[in-house]
Amino acid sequence: MSAEDTPKDYSESPINLEYFYTAGSATTRFLNQVKEGNIVGQGCPKCKAVYVPPRGSCPRCGVATDIEVPLTDKGCIESFTVVHIPIPGNPIVPPYVCAMIRLDGANISFLHLIQDVDIENIRIGMRIQAVWKPKEEWTHSLENIKWFAPIDEPDVDVATLRFQES
Amino acid sequence: MKRVAIVGYAQHPILKNAGALNEVELIMPVVHQLFNDLGISQKDIDFTCSGSCDYLQGAAFAFVEGLSAIQTNPPIKESHVEMDAAWAMYESMLKIQMGDAETALIYGFGKSSPGDLDAIISLQMDPYYISPLWPDRVSLAALQARVLLDQNVITSEQMLASVIEARANSKNNTNALITDLIDESDYLNNEMVSSPLNKLDCPPISDGSSAMIIASEEKAYEFTDHPIWIEGIDHRIESSNLGSRNLATSNTLQASMNQLNLKNIKFDVAELHTQFSHELPFLKSLLNLQDVPTNLSGGPLVGNVMMCAGLDAIGKAYESLKENQLTHGLAHATSGPCLQHNMLVHLEAQK
Repeated sequence: MSAEDTPKDYSESPINLEYFYTAGSATTRFLNQVKEGNIVGQGCPKCKAVYVPPRGSCPRCGVATDIEVPLTDKGCIESFTVVHIPIPGNPIVPPYVCAMIRLDGANISFLHLIQDVDIENIRIGMRIQAVWKPKEEWTHSLENIKWFAPIDEPDVDVATLRFQES
Repeated sequence: MKRVAIVGYAQHPILKNAGALNEVELIMPVVHQLFNDLGISQKDIDFTCSGSCDYLQGAAFAFVEGLSAIQTNPPIKESHVEMDAAWAMYESMLKIQMGDAETALIYGFGKSSPGDLDAIISLQMDPYYISPLWPDRVSLAALQARVLLDQNVITSEQMLASVIEARANSKNNTNALITDLIDESDYLNNEMVSSPLNKLDCPPISDGSSAMIIASEEKAYEFTDHPIWIEGIDHRIESSNLGSRNLATSNTLQASMNQLNLKNIKFDVAELHTQFSHELPFLKSLLNLQDVPTNLSGGPLVGNVMMCAGLDAIGKAYESLKENQLTHGLAHATSGPCLQHNMLVHLEAQK
């Protein structure tokens, strides 16, 4: 059988598309603050829910979140998982912990790392605070925060964090 | 068929580059404008359907983010088509026919500026034989233009006229992107993109969004005193294999015309989703619209928001009938290369 007669099971057809990504004007406001080491959420003018990171709209009400709400870098662990599988290209060595971080005063959580604590001691409701990179490394990214680390405050009952419509 | 009417339509000004505005920030103002115009809210909407293309944003499930532009609490019934929002309107129409909804909000959005539209549109082709060749959208359109010219279906003078008229008509459309007038020498001196199409034969890269509300007969008069009825709607698709199609005609459009019984209707106005200059004279002749004012909005040549321009054709025909007290309007939406997939919508104002 010649090479031309050999049945071909597959053919490769690589696709590469390049985009000029824009975050949106609301997220841009947020990232400009993150660059300065500030975490500023955005509030819904109708239901008062506070979003961090903000995407510019309250999907509950369908209106723009035009109220700037400065927040601290403290909060609690709303949920977490222990990652045991190495992800190609990821410099972090497993096992490590990814957690949903609920900052004080915010109504949604975001994903970040938990470090400076033994994994078996991590629990839902644990109080944590951001550990920032040196100021000269700050960019327009939540990666300015290296990770969150536990602080010596009593745990929070996360059930009480559920959004209450006013 | 249950009677269904268009009761409102809003369009974002078409932008060359929306820049920092993301899709949600483009959709929200048109939906709010529509709600404000009609004095209603999301609570008055039974079904919401959007049309967009994740490849334009370069992110999987990007259309889900679009939902952040509308109120989704209490939970809503919602769907999406990875197509022009004209097909979101079609799905909404079916939903109302099935008795699942009396009212529907349709919105479409697209930003072509962030990516390479030629490469992106290439990926809608058959993935085994055509997409790997990366044919760009203009070259594909040029194939059909060449066939139409060679077979004397259209003339190059008609293509020139399409371009000049589109720009002249842009004065009727406050949201048009391209408004500067041109003359014959401007046209003839323009650089060829893909023969026989020069730069002015092609639609501009556009960012924007649009929204529409349709309602059943029972609900339509609660929203407006002047509903425009969807008397007929039909869509058909041809083969994805360009080689097996006759590009000099459109069997599917003819079938749709027969299905909708359009032969004896005297249309007052038509809006066609003709993205390239040769498509306008081609479709006008195919649809017997030679004497019908067509694309008074300027059409896609003065602003062509991907995944919206088809809905915009329907919206512009609706506006024409409503604002000028006309009776019969025809709208056309298309998808795929060389007018592969076409929808016809027959609109009628009640006398």
